[in-house]
Amino acid sequence: MTAPENARRDSPWMFRTYSGHSSARASNELYRTNLSKGQTGLSVAFDLPTQTGYDSDHPLARGEVGKVGVPISHVDDMTALFKELPLEKMNTSMTINANAAWLLALYVATAERTGADPKKLQGTTQNDIVKEYLSRGTYIFPPEASLKLISDIVAYTVDSIPKWNPTNICSYHLQEAGATPVQEIAYALATAISVLDLVRSREDVPEAAIPRIVGRISFFLNSGIRFIEEICKVRAMAELWDEITLERYGVQDAKLRRFRYGVQVNSLGLTEAQPENNVIRIVLEALGVTLSKNARCRALQLPAWNEALGLPRPWDQQWSLRIQQILAFESDLLEHEDIFDGSHVIVEKTGELKQAARRELDVVLEMGGTVAAIENAYMKQRLVESQTARARAIEDAEITVVGVNAYTNAEPSPLMDGQWILKVDESAEQEQVERLVEFRSKRNRADVESAVQNLDDVLRNGGNIMPASIRAAHAGVTTGEWADVLRSLYGEFRAPTGVVATEGSGGSQATANTRDRVHRLADTLGRPLKILIGKPGLDGHSNGAEQIAVKARNVGMEVVYDGIRLEPGEIAASARDEGVHLVGLSILSGSHCVLVIDVLDKLRELGLGDLPVVVGGIIPEEDANKLCQAGVRRVYTPKDFDLTRIMSDIVDVVEEPSPAA
Amino acid sequence: MLDRETPFPGAARIGLTGAPGAGKSTLLDALVRELRPKGETVAIVAVDPSSRTTGGALLGDRVRVRSGASDPGVFIRSMAARDQLGGLAESAWSAVVILAAAFDRVFVETVGVGQSESDVAALVDTLVYVATPGTGDALQFMKAGILEYPDVFIVNKADFGAAAKRTASELRGSINLGDRGVSHTEAAVILTSASAGEGIDELVSAIDAHRQKLIDDDALRERRLRGREIQLLGALERRYGAFGIEQFGGRRALREHVRQDDSVSAFALLARLGLEIEEALRKSH
Repeated sequence: MTAPENARRDSPWMFRTYSGHSSARASNELYRTNLSKGQTGLSVAFDLPTQTGYDSDHPLARGEVGKVGVPISHVDDMTALFKELPLEKMNTSMTINANAAWLLALYVATAERTGADPKKLQGTTQNDIVKEYLSRGTYIFPPEASLKLISDIVAYTVDSIPKWNPTNICSYHLQEAGATPVQEIAYALATAISVLDLVRSREDVPEAAIPRIVGRISFFLNSGIRFIEEICKVRAMAELWDEITLERYGVQDAKLRRFRYGVQVNSLGLTEAQPENNVIRIVLEALGVTLSKNARCRALQLPAWNEALGLPRPWDQQWSLRIQQILAFESDLLEHEDIFDGSHVIVEKTGELKQAARRELDVVLEMGGTVAAIENAYMKQRLVESQTARARAIEDAEITVVGVNAYTNAEPSPLMDGQWILKVDESAEQEQVERLVEFRSKRNRADVESAVQNLDDVLRNGGNIMPASIRAAHAGVTTGEWADVLRSLYGEFRAPTGVVATEGSGGSQATANTRDRVHRLADTLGRPLKILIGKPGLDGHSNGAEQIAVKARNVGMEVVYDGIRLEPGEIAASARDEGVHLVGLSILSGSHCVLVIDVLDKLRELGLGDLPVVVGGIIPEEDANKLCQAGVRRVYTPKDFDLTRIMSDIVDVVEEPSPAA
Repeated sequence: MLDRETPFPGAARIGLTGAPGAGKSTLLDALVRELRPKGETVAIVAVDPSSRTTGGALLGDRVRVRSGASDPGVFIRSMAARDQLGGLAESAWSAVVILAAAFDRVFVETVGVGQSESDVAALVDTLVYVATPGTGDALQFMKAGILEYPDVFIVNKADFGAAAKRTASELRGSINLGDRGVSHTEAAVILTSASAGEGIDELVSAIDAHRQKLIDDDALRERRLRGREIQLLGALERRYGAFGIEQFGGRRALREHVRQDDSVSAFALLARLGLEIEEALRKSH
């Protein structure tokens, strides 16, 4: 079983695991454990308050601190996160976007504090705001200001942190939001073009630096279960990137035109039903981005088999790391030249994707690029349409999902005995807040004020935000304070939801039946059934809420959908003003208990205690029971993939007498 | 409450119309931010089209208006255009009348699809049309022959630069060619950038100036009466059909009735005329 003696093995891609939770200290322990198991790079997950520019003690942060990642409020947190990790040798990927400049500044400050040379730092700031508007939802500022910030980081790092990947253009989240391979390619490339065009137009960027800057642009891709098509998608992107960088930016050095990308394989396709099958899905999806040598990823992170159910434990993450190690070290994957060269099937399919993607890319560019195509909701609408088509295909079993809409008869899984998901320690939030309060009290007030003033001055003069941010990091400015300066200057943005123009009538017999029920109920109510879809808290994953909204409309309901990041009080007030018959809440960040109960309380305060509330999200059974006891009428989880059935159920809920005591 | 309309002239009633994606919601958000600090209360009636085939509607367009739960000075009610195809919800009329009793300004936001401009114009004191630069919708607008309805034209997204200026000058040119009979005054054309908050104060001034001119010329009362007439006739026609109106003596007779009773609340009048038509229908059988 050993490799032939003379086989030349390629060096493997970088193994990462997207992780972080509770506190800087707990996450540091996790990172060190992961590295000792053979992980070769870090991928930091920040919690939602950090990602959206709030300190851990901000009212909007309630219930979210340490949930989906690590809370980082100031330079001491960052220092604790990397304790005893040699920064000059680490390769650190940070999933941070709206305030990427700030987290990078904290990272640089940490390096300087611990004696590491910032010039030697290696890693990636995700720093792609376009896909935040389209899918992920952790944007803060309007598109133009956001692009300016991205270009600041690009312009700064090219000389000051030359091995840094300043922006990781993401098609990953576009696929999660429903993008077809063509849309994924086109919108990601359009984003890269909008960043590079802006950078090129900056006065502080010399023309001569452009090829090097192009060479630092990297991508972050998704890989789905149709792994042959994924191979072609990646090859198409690589070829298009090579063409665009040569034609548009005149990059002569082929090395600088190379399509460099990292991958997280598809998490959306992981199923709650028979979750053990997800391991097989993950392996196939990993093949899609590793098989073709010429289009192989630079870094790979694999989700855990049980991510559709809750937070994975260290053991679950280890299992996914082992998949990578077996692929790279046991199999002969790394011993061959590109095994698809000469395959006419792959070449043809790649050519088709390229051609179609070019066309879609031109549509966006003609519109004025990604900023225009966000503001007029073009891209978002296309994605919601694709997602709607996909959801319907699964519902109608045109797409087979094993264990979900086919082969559902299964033995109980022995993997799910006992405590099989991770519970974040509920005291983590309180402790983090205490540390933050103490940190604030120990700062030198004058230093903080002058650093904040300096940041404000630089921004007002259109200067680069990085040096001022690094100074602020050293002075002890917090994540919330930094973001507040920018918020007051740029304002806060609310992105179009993209659901309005998505039309889809007809559908299955079941849909028609439900529509009849909705119309009959309207006769009883004296007006159409009107529901409110709300997304409380900081979680920006709006795909589920959007799909529910579109479906509800298609069965004849009037749907008020206000978009993401709403306070419980805003949702309750909206339910009152709009006069709705039911409120549906969608939460995927794991903070469902706190937020849903807050909404119920606010409704009661407004005298709407009888208004039925249903909840959807990744909600463990134990929590679902707790929510139902608190007054929630139904809880839907990813296993409720049949949206028509959910709609029919909503009609039931409105028809049921109120269970009030 | 519906039976007691507010004293004249009462709240300012303002319509906001324009193609999808023109930035109406962002503009409303900017208007709320402009007006609230001055102590003015604002109600928004947002009308979205409903699907002809399913009857369902997505009322998502208000997404960019953040009222803040704690501010009772902002009220937003979205509704679907249920009855008339592509037109205005009948309930929008009653909503405007009710909200005008409680708020300083009532905005009615609709998607412009051609015929709905005249409907909104009948509902408000001032109609604002939001155009997007470079989309040529000024031209479409002119072709549709509804150029005479708006009182204020906005070219939003003025940050688009040259395209915005071109659209504005196109609009200025075509307004002068059009028949301005309905809107009474010369229409203003204003460049705004709602996302950057630019031109908003100018927009408020233009809206106020238009309304003040109507009041000074004693034309506001006429505009409200005409609007009321359109709403009442429409409502009666939907309830009793052309045949019902015919039994009453036709549209003309009905219109005269509405005019004569201008001191009676519209809703009381609607109820009374309805009874009279029913009576006429009974006699005809």
